[in-house]
Amino acid sequence: MSTASDIATQAPSMPKEHYLNATRGFKSWALTVDHKRIGVMYLVSVLTFFLVGGLLALLVRLELLAPGGMFEQKTYNQLFTMHGVVMTFLFIIPSIPASLGNFFLPLQLGAKDVAFPKLNLFSFYIYVVGAIMAIVAMIVGAVDTGWTFYTPYSLTTDTAVVITVMAAFVLGFSSILTGLNFIVTIHKLRPPGMTWFRMPLFLWALYSTSVIQLLATPVLGITLLLLAAERLFGVGIFDPALGGDPVLFQHFFWFYSHPAVYIMIVPAFGVISELVATFSRREVFGYKFVALSSVAIAIIGFFVWGHHMFVSGQSEFAGMVFSFLTFFVAIPTAVKIFNWTATLYKGDIQLRTPMIFAMMFLIQFTIGGLTGLPLASLATNVSLHDTYYVVAHFHYVMMGGVAFAFVGGLYYWWPKITGRMFDEKVANIGAVLMFIGFNTTFFTQFLLGFKGMPRRYFDYDPEFAGLHAFSSVGSWILGLGFLVALINFVQSLRKGEIAPANPWGGTTLEWTTSSPPHPHNFVDTPTVSAGPYDREHAPAETGRAAA
Amino acid sequence: MSQQVAVADKIVRHRVGHHWPNAELEFSGAKLGFWIFLCTEILMFGGLFVAYTYFRSLYPETFHEAHKTLSIPLGTLNTGVLILSSFTVVMAIRSAMVNQRKAMLGYLYATLFLAGAFMFVKLAFEWPHKFHMGTLPAAFYTYDGLSHVPKPHIFYGLYFVMTGLHGIHVLIGMGLITWLIIQGHKGVFYKGYFTPLEIVGLYWHFVDLVWIYLFPLFYLAG
Repeated sequence: MSTASDIATQAPSMPKEHYLNATRGFKSWALTVDHKRIGVMYLVSVLTFFLVGGLLALLVRLELLAPGGMFEQKTYNQLFTMHGVVMTFLFIIPSIPASLGNFFLPLQLGAKDVAFPKLNLFSFYIYVVGAIMAIVAMIVGAVDTGWTFYTPYSLTTDTAVVITVMAAFVLGFSSILTGLNFIVTIHKLRPPGMTWFRMPLFLWALYSTSVIQLLATPVLGITLLLLAAERLFGVGIFDPALGGDPVLFQHFFWFYSHPAVYIMIVPAFGVISELVATFSRREVFGYKFVALSSVAIAIIGFFVWGHHMFVSGQSEFAGMVFSFLTFFVAIPTAVKIFNWTATLYKGDIQLRTPMIFAMMFLIQFTIGGLTGLPLASLATNVSLHDTYYVVAHFHYVMMGGVAFAFVGGLYYWWPKITGRMFDEKVANIGAVLMFIGFNTTFFTQFLLGFKGMPRRYFDYDPEFAGLHAFSSVGSWILGLGFLVALINFVQSLRKGEIAPANPWGGTTLEWTTSSPPHPHNFVDTPTVSAGPYDREHAPAETGRAAA
Repeated sequence: MSQQVAVADKIVRHRVGHHWPNAELEFSGAKLGFWIFLCTEILMFGGLFVAYTYFRSLYPETFHEAHKTLSIPLGTLNTGVLILSSFTVVMAIRSAMVNQRKAMLGYLYATLFLAGAFMFVKLAFEWPHKFHMGTLPAAFYTYDGLSHVPKPHIFYGLYFVMTGLHGIHVLIGMGLITWLIIQGHKGVFYKGYFTPLEIVGLYWHFVDLVWIYLFPLFYLAG
């Protein structure tokens, strides 16, 4: 323990050589194969698109501020479609895996890099190409079909459907290659002593996510390719005028896009597991159950897609089976929630910024998860289908869940990535604003949905005016919260305190190396002799927190 | 044996990536990664096979009548060509494993030639015939010999999408084999390192296998 207190009393200083200063110049970034730099490039990209998607969302809420609105009907349709496309394909799917995952998978595993570093860089450039295609599509003719591209409307609209779906196809490729890299890395590059059940839960989550990415994304790829071919040549399989079946498109689309919500949420589960373990100062309760519940979600998630089609003309029997299977997914998800809560029990809880995000996640995700069950029940689904209730449920899971976990994870690992601390007071103010803003915006929408407000309408009856206005005001508070976080991050880069190696008292391997890490991650290959959250073998806590 | 020594002198020794503990793990990692990639390919083509199954069950008489317009001799020829190319690619890998560089290059050239022959039959005979007849996807469909069955354009829509996507895979394979030939001439492959050969070989078998399914589903649909 003497070494720990020695380190704690020394003022931390930047390591002489780290991944940010090892080489310099534009080319050293553009041609890098270092997973950490690629992770940083992804981070900058996904945050940029998060900003774009967020601004589009603010415009959508602006239209709905009062009846009558300000945009043309078509413009509104384009706005919410672009919001959906940008947030889904450019932000949330790559968000945690490609940025934090790329950076921390090898570090938490104890490896020097991912299995295929060049492929990793290649997949980043594919992402860039896809992003450029999506932007071009927005300029030449922003799509107005909704992000689901349902036929037959997507076959007749005069907007740039083909470029947009090809952009999503290309982005899917990037996602596949990242997942492939992660799976091979976890199988082949575990250092001595790193058994499967000694892996941090974030890695279990990334592994499960990668499996879904690999099995689901190709089906989206072929669906979008067929949609493009249908528009260009008239293949005839999705177009009812040619003898095709639009419900087949929905089956194809949701076979990917339902598992895709697990591509989004499972990495967030992984982040929350890390945060809860570190800031409760305890091992995660029921570690194996939490680890395997990620795998269970990955598997069961493939058999529930039909619950998007309860009112699409799918057979009643299929509806019953899909409803039943959908309830099944709630079980592994609940396992996680209960185990995190049990970890908190009698834990030495430290309410630091990342932990505050984890707490907000627990509240919001639980609401989001439970409100999914009425949608999974056939009888209640019929009245709630395509109302604001669905919008609220989805955003509670994706925004209140994934985005909050992403920001929490970003605060948690920020010192490791940048080598600098951030102002926790400012961060906490931002967090509270986000929490208030988020719940104001979206809880209101549950009520709108119950009252029968349909989703995707550009205008509404005066009876909905009060709730809609309330929701729009909430979106401004939410936006302000994110703005505070953004300013805080920029301030930290400019003049944040130098971060120690282990500012939070984390127990996983990334905290044993310097902040920012050495170009090869570890000076010596780590040897693992205990579980990931074992506090007896943990690296010493350093810096402010311990002092 | 003297010949082998001469070959060995010219080889470029493979250097294991800095993040891999040893060459065996690097090789098995590459193979695992590629098998996973093949799983994604199967799922992608799987979507097409599902669409095929669905529409064949909806319009069985259309599929039966329309398949008669395809040329079974040309389809059979191409099937034989691809199966032979799978054999030559295996022999190329084997030749590298026993350090016979000349034989390896010979088999690679043979594979490239067979792949080119497959595309030639398709693009010079089969497809132009269909363009001429008008047996095409709905937007360009002009054939009037199948007016007695419903929606014949769907058969051709699926035919062109499925064999077209397969054809793109053949073209990508030809690019990869060309790259192997260039690397082979530089002396990169020897018994200590033949990972790219093995990987492209796996890919080529996959492309072959897809055709093995496409051939009966379209040409022999009766």
